[in-house]
Amino acid sequence: MDKPETTPSEDFVPSRPLVDFWRMFAANRAALLGLFLALVVTAVTLFGPMIYPTDPFELVGAPMSPPGVEFPLGTDYLGRDVLAGIVHGARVTVLVGFSATLCMIIIGLIVGVVAGFYGGWVESLLMRVTEFFQVLPGLLLAMVLVALFSPSLLTIIISIGVVSWTGVARLTRAEFLKVKTREYVLAERAMGAKDGSIMWRVILPNCLPPLVVAAALGVGVSVLFEAALSFLGLGDPNAYSWGYMIGSSRDFIWETWWAVTFPGLAIFITVLSVSLIGDGLNDALNPKLRLR
Amino acid sequence: MKFFFAVLRKIGYALLLLVAVLVLNFMLIHIAPGDPVDTLVGEMGGASPELIAKLRADYGLDRSLPEQLFTYIVNVAKGNLGMSFTYDQPVISLILDRLPATLLLVLSALVMAVLLGTFLGVVAAQKPRSPFSHFVTILSLAGYSAPVFWTGMMLLILLSYWVPLFPSFGMSDVGARESSMAYAVDVLRHLILPAVTLASIYLAVYSRLARASMMDVLGSDYIRTARSKGLSERVVVYKHALKNALLPVVTMAGLQFSQLIAGAVVVETVFSWPGMGQLAFESILRRDHTLLLGILFFSTVIVVVVNLLTDLTYRLLDPRIK
Repeated sequence: MDKPETTPSEDFVPSRPLVDFWRMFAANRAALLGLFLALVVTAVTLFGPMIYPTDPFELVGAPMSPPGVEFPLGTDYLGRDVLAGIVHGARVTVLVGFSATLCMIIIGLIVGVVAGFYGGWVESLLMRVTEFFQVLPGLLLAMVLVALFSPSLLTIIISIGVVSWTGVARLTRAEFLKVKTREYVLAERAMGAKDGSIMWRVILPNCLPPLVVAAALGVGVSVLFEAALSFLGLGDPNAYSWGYMIGSSRDFIWETWWAVTFPGLAIFITVLSVSLIGDGLNDALNPKLRLR
Repeated sequence: MKFFFAVLRKIGYALLLLVAVLVLNFMLIHIAPGDPVDTLVGEMGGASPELIAKLRADYGLDRSLPEQLFTYIVNVAKGNLGMSFTYDQPVISLILDRLPATLLLVLSALVMAVLLGTFLGVVAAQKPRSPFSHFVTILSLAGYSAPVFWTGMMLLILLSYWVPLFPSFGMSDVGARESSMAYAVDVLRHLILPAVTLASIYLAVYSRLARASMMDVLGSDYIRTARSKGLSERVVVYKHALKNALLPVVTMAGLQFSQLIAGAVVVETVFSWPGMGQLAFESILRRDHTLLLGILFFSTVIVVVVNLLTDLTYRLLDPRIK
């Protein structure tokens, strides 16, 4: 007996969303490049410090040595190894990138879900709050928060979350408004499902695709925020991060161009990888847009 | 008359937003560990309990919170954002000194990003599969993914150090104040790199947006009509389509103004551009929270005013909006 898989007639292929999704995603070369770069960054984060154990804080060589045999990416103005900084700094970047995105998604989801589900005055109040946070210059507010509550990884993560959730909230609310009047939602309601169950179990899963894209792009935004904060001297003093490397070498860019160029390149590649993945997800999850 | 009331309502709402920012500022100061007097005493290296109590009374910190909040809002309404103890000057005058430089930088970057971004996007939209269109896509991804301060430093290394085309730091050279013309040219030379740097992120956003919106408009019925009348492609694109394709770009530019101001903090720090952003950076180095909060508030005022203006222009341009 023939199995449907072995007879590739278009009409008989059963729906396999994950496989279809992967095909769409993999057809996009830019997205694959992004995935590859993300794997490289992940590998550096996980195994880099084992392979290249030099302490990034330690003054290991002559100050301002250009890239060469001893120090592949040179040393900074104090004699710290730039490659060691990049390898060890990856952890901070990835940690803050993901945690801050999580924080941003949680705040944005709660605001968006409640506003979109309940409507009425709850919605207008929450949307006013969202507008309020949109008017505040994000980086400046993050600077104020981190400066007032003293810089640490935790304050940085929360501050980034607090200043960047508005997009997620608006998106979630818009999706909720679209979905909440669909028949299957009304059916659940008619069967007596509780509000909470309808919100999180019925409606939310149907709003996920754009949120997944927003989360992917949010990682890039968070990484850039963290880099800017540490560049401005508001990084966690105990964590060696890429933004800090660039900020500390700010006065020596003529003498040690390598000490600012390579950490910046690392940030660029990381953000580029998640942007490419985000774009790829967007195309794969919204097939209608692909016609363009 | 209707228009008048709509404007009035918008202004009232804007004022409410600003009061909300003040309440937020106030709450932050009080939630954060340590008050201004603690910081001051720390700077002085300790003080007697009597002096601390007197300082608290001077700052009004011994009164109830609602009372303090009220005084704070009234003071700000009078234009008093507090004293910066590290500069020993009122915060508002420090900010106003730096304001022109920031506005010059931000507006140049905005104009550059909108004009060039729209142009790139529109040209790319006409041939979506051409190499140029792909180039615009790649450029916009790169501009979006690179940290601004790094873009600025790379431009400095390339165009100020390796190929010394532009001056590297500050807003003008000391010797260049002989005539106003020479001064203007000098400032312009200093402005180019920071403005291009700040524009680079938004160039990415606008070119992308203009491309998408233009492709959308080019597929609509009235464009088909215009084409079938035998109008030349140039007239169709630049006269009929562009006007409508621009609307989302203008909206976005207004919405993103707050991010532009925030971006200026980083760019001004890289180029030592003597604006508000650099002042914010210095206030962090000096741990001057009054100054930093003042800058946050003042930047928000600018954003709110700009949003109000965008909104009004929009109402005047597009009669469909009620």
